[in-house]
Amino acid sequence: MLLVPCPYCGPRPEVEFRCGGEAHIARPADPDALDDAAWAEYLFARTSPKGVHAERWLHAHGCGRWFNALRNTVSDAFITTYEMGEPRPDITGGR
Amino acid sequence: MAQDFRIPGRGRVDRTKPIAFTFNGRTVEGYEGDTLASALLASGIRLMGRSFKYHRPRGVLTHGADEPNALFQVDRGPGRADPNNRATVVEAVAGLKVSSQNHWPSLEHDIGQVNDLVAPVLTAGFYYKTFMWPRSFWDKLYEPAIRAAAGLGVAPDAPDADRYVHRNTHCDVLVVGAGPAGLAAALAASEAGKRVILADEQAEMGGSLLADLTATIDGKTASAFVAYALKTLAGRANATLLNRTTAFGYYNHNHVVLTERVTDHLAAPDAKLPRERLWQVRAKEVVLATGAHERPLGFADNDRPGIMLAESVRTYVNRYGVAPGRRIVFATNGASAYRAAADAKAAGLDVTLVDLRPEAEIGPERALLSGNELLAGHTVVGSTGGKAVTGLIVAPLSAGRVGARRTLACDCVGMSGGWTPAVHLFSQSRGKLTFRTEIDAFVPGSSVQAERSAGACKGTYDLAGILAEGWTAGAEAAGVPSTRAFAAAPATPTGFRAARVLPTDADPKKVRAFLDFQNDVTAKDIGLAVREGFESVEHVKRYTTNGMATDQGKTSNMAALGLVSEILAKDIPQVGTTTFRPPYTPVTFGAIVGTARGETFDPIRTAPVHEWAAKQGAKFENVALWRRAWYFPKPGEDMHAAVARECRAVRESVGLLDASTLGKIEVMGPDAAEFMNRMYPNGWTKLEPGKCRYGLMLKEDGFILDDGIVARMAPDRFHVTTSTSGAPRVMAHMEDYLQTEWPDLDVFLTSITEQWGVIAVQGPRAREVIAPFVSGIDLSPEAFPQMAVREGEILGVPTRLMRVSFTGELGFEINVPADFTQAVWEALFAYGQRFGITPYGTEAMHVLRAERGFIIVGQETDGTVTPDDVGLSGMISKAKKDFVGKRSLARPDMARADRKQLVGLLSADGRTVLEEGAQIVADTQQALPMKMLGHVTSSYLSPTLNHPIALAVISGGRARMGETLFVTTPAGFTAVKVVAPVFLDPEGKRVEGLVEGGVHA
Repeated sequence: MLLVPCPYCGPRPEVEFRCGGEAHIARPADPDALDDAAWAEYLFARTSPKGVHAERWLHAHGCGRWFNALRNTVSDAFITTYEMGEPRPDITGGR
Repeated sequence: MAQDFRIPGRGRVDRTKPIAFTFNGRTVEGYEGDTLASALLASGIRLMGRSFKYHRPRGVLTHGADEPNALFQVDRGPGRADPNNRATVVEAVAGLKVSSQNHWPSLEHDIGQVNDLVAPVLTAGFYYKTFMWPRSFWDKLYEPAIRAAAGLGVAPDAPDADRYVHRNTHCDVLVVGAGPAGLAAALAASEAGKRVILADEQAEMGGSLLADLTATIDGKTASAFVAYALKTLAGRANATLLNRTTAFGYYNHNHVVLTERVTDHLAAPDAKLPRERLWQVRAKEVVLATGAHERPLGFADNDRPGIMLAESVRTYVNRYGVAPGRRIVFATNGASAYRAAADAKAAGLDVTLVDLRPEAEIGPERALLSGNELLAGHTVVGSTGGKAVTGLIVAPLSAGRVGARRTLACDCVGMSGGWTPAVHLFSQSRGKLTFRTEIDAFVPGSSVQAERSAGACKGTYDLAGILAEGWTAGAEAAGVPSTRAFAAAPATPTGFRAARVLPTDADPKKVRAFLDFQNDVTAKDIGLAVREGFESVEHVKRYTTNGMATDQGKTSNMAALGLVSEILAKDIPQVGTTTFRPPYTPVTFGAIVGTARGETFDPIRTAPVHEWAAKQGAKFENVALWRRAWYFPKPGEDMHAAVARECRAVRESVGLLDASTLGKIEVMGPDAAEFMNRMYPNGWTKLEPGKCRYGLMLKEDGFILDDGIVARMAPDRFHVTTSTSGAPRVMAHMEDYLQTEWPDLDVFLTSITEQWGVIAVQGPRAREVIAPFVSGIDLSPEAFPQMAVREGEILGVPTRLMRVSFTGELGFEINVPADFTQAVWEALFAYGQRFGITPYGTEAMHVLRAERGFIIVGQETDGTVTPDDVGLSGMISKAKKDFVGKRSLARPDMARADRKQLVGLLSADGRTVLEEGAQIVADTQQALPMKMLGHVTSSYLSPTLNHPIALAVISGGRARMGETLFVTTPAGFTAVKVVAPVFLDPEGKRVEGLVEGGVHA
């Protein structure tokens, strides 16, 4: 079970959280301006990198807040967390 | 039974505390401190079981967790029987009833041993090849017969009478294993002041030191060193010692799960104690000191009772004071067996040691035995005996040639094929293994988590090295690096030459050298698998089942792996190793389940009128975690009769439903209307306070997520309702958008499900029933039209009163603070008696809404249904530029004419009630596989109409009105007519006005 560092509550067990998939996929401001392919890309296409990945996490059974996290998908190590809306920190490594 | 094989003056068992238990009905005596295995051996009992496949007689092979042979059914009383216990780890307790497994009619005379005679056909994969035809025989004949013949113990059939608990804890350093390395690590880490947990699977801590009578550590005997270490640790408040505790799973982020056996070793345990305690440990650092498992040697008939591992002989002699035999032959390819032989000799037993290595290769261990006790440069080619070994057949080796055979008479064999570090937990932690050729073993390489290994599990076998490594690991884990040298004497010889299957002069096709004793896999089977093309070690494992028994191949994996590498002429690292998975040793279901059983299996949510309903004899159904009143049978009524009566009451007079389980969310704030506009397809700006609207919620992919009535209480306040099971989903969906897409909106979302109880009063007399109790609200149809909401009081209790209907009848939903719900309900029920008021349950609710054609999300929808599919495209605002799901609805596929659309179905015979989920076709004569047009989503016998009705989703359904289609039933196809999905009151007159749609599941 992962130990997820909630930026608001501190490290808590994974069962309190829900992973919301890849971060930084903003809903298009004007969806009608996108053609079907571009809309499908927004809706369904996600990356699955080996290594550092930016993900959305929700502390569902805790403070109820969403945050972003950088997690290494190989080691499962959480490298950092940051608030929704903040840019992705420039970190590529991490154990 | 007399303990003829007990050695006077030896062992750690408590001779002042004799105990007795029964084995296959015979009384066996032993002492406190014995395991079942040591007590049986002390009484001269060697035959302890029959093997899995060939039913060969088997005795104990090991002295610990790796035991593959001696598996017992253990009975501790009613509800306390369980199978497949290893005799080597179960402590002998007074009164225990123990029996061996997998034989009939008895252990000594087992009919199943005929399998051994037909062994040539029972080779690897035999059932894949043999029981292929006819296919239909597999389920009814082959599989049950094979399972009955090849088996383990009997699964218990009574509920587990014991209690199990879970405990969550944190520590700075978790040390797994309390042998020399683990003790040193725990001493170092606790000296640094860190919170330390030391866990060991055995009853007594000390590991290999408990069987060591010759070594001294810093001048103390091994036993005295253990006592000193444990006393020191016990005196430190920051150290927790857990014996009888197995770390069986190593998960992410140093989450290690241990199971502690609390009462199994007690003859009369305190009833307050749980049988087992599952520890969920989150450790900052972990030290693995899990030791190593000795390997058997491969030779013909190496599985006869009495043939065991060399270190096990040593342990039975030294630790338990038991002679596993009086004339013992040791067979080995390395140094460690010499110590076992020397210790057996010191206990007065007759020993001979056969070493595969020539004299010149043997190191300082040579000095432990005299000249006539050693046969160097010899191989083992077989054994003699039946239910017990009577001799070991050996032959000299010169220049790779096997010389003349001779049989060494014996009643016990101690074999040692080297050691396999127990890297299971390290491997589970996702660490990478590396192969060390000189010890022929995989050892921990690079770590992924904050852990380190020390001692034999790291391939370090000399005592001084083990202790020093343990100390360093403990200190490092504590963050205070230090080293300490331990003076251990005498030096531990560790010479070794890798060998798996010993050289033989016999026809290899006739030799049955067992590798996996528990699953009866021989070296021949491995060879066959490789010849048949299974070259990946993972494939060989699954084809032969080597390593797949409950012992997970602790004694067999390396032998099989080495053999595959030999046959393929590839290095072992190239062949790779199989994956280690939790649990390390079998874990009881009880420990995993803990207290989550019976009433505490899952939380139960009950609605405010639950107890009243229960008193009325209501039957309940589970809806998510809720228990909802399903129907209220009167004496003599079945479900069908009760539901029909409840439906008629609502249609003809008035009914009461506890609708409190509906999800309720308050959407509040200056931007509430804007937020609602974005979340829902319909428009909210123009909805005046005091009005309700049906809200259909979509996901971004355009498919229906949930539905419910939304009441606007104030310009900045919406009272949103959801389906019962959809409430958390809807709340999460809203929060997600609010927090992550539109944090600029000034809106708050609050779950108010538990705060408001909801009483649905439905039927033509509904207004008359509530009128006497309502104050501050004008109930006249003009002042309070359908889909209006008013705030006032009922019985003096504040209410949000909605005029809404999920039945098609005139109706109200009375929201009152949850604690007042039952009082209001009882008042309405009492007053309503003059109208024949009838409580109704969810089943009647489903029927009533289906008659009226209202959908239930999750019944008519399945996550691939659009608003238009269920005829609700009118819900979608044309004026709004955007809302969640809008863009997806514009995709071409969402407008296809052949999408499945909601329709009604009427059975052509006017009688058949269709099955929900039944498939629908146009032509019953078409070729298979038939084209499925859709399926039945809801189906009932309508009490109002007195004939069956059904809802279905059918490809291009709305263009098929009047068509006859066919629906599968258990008796074949039945014809149905496609009609509009409304069976009653299509104009919606019964609610006195325009019905905007239905809701509420």
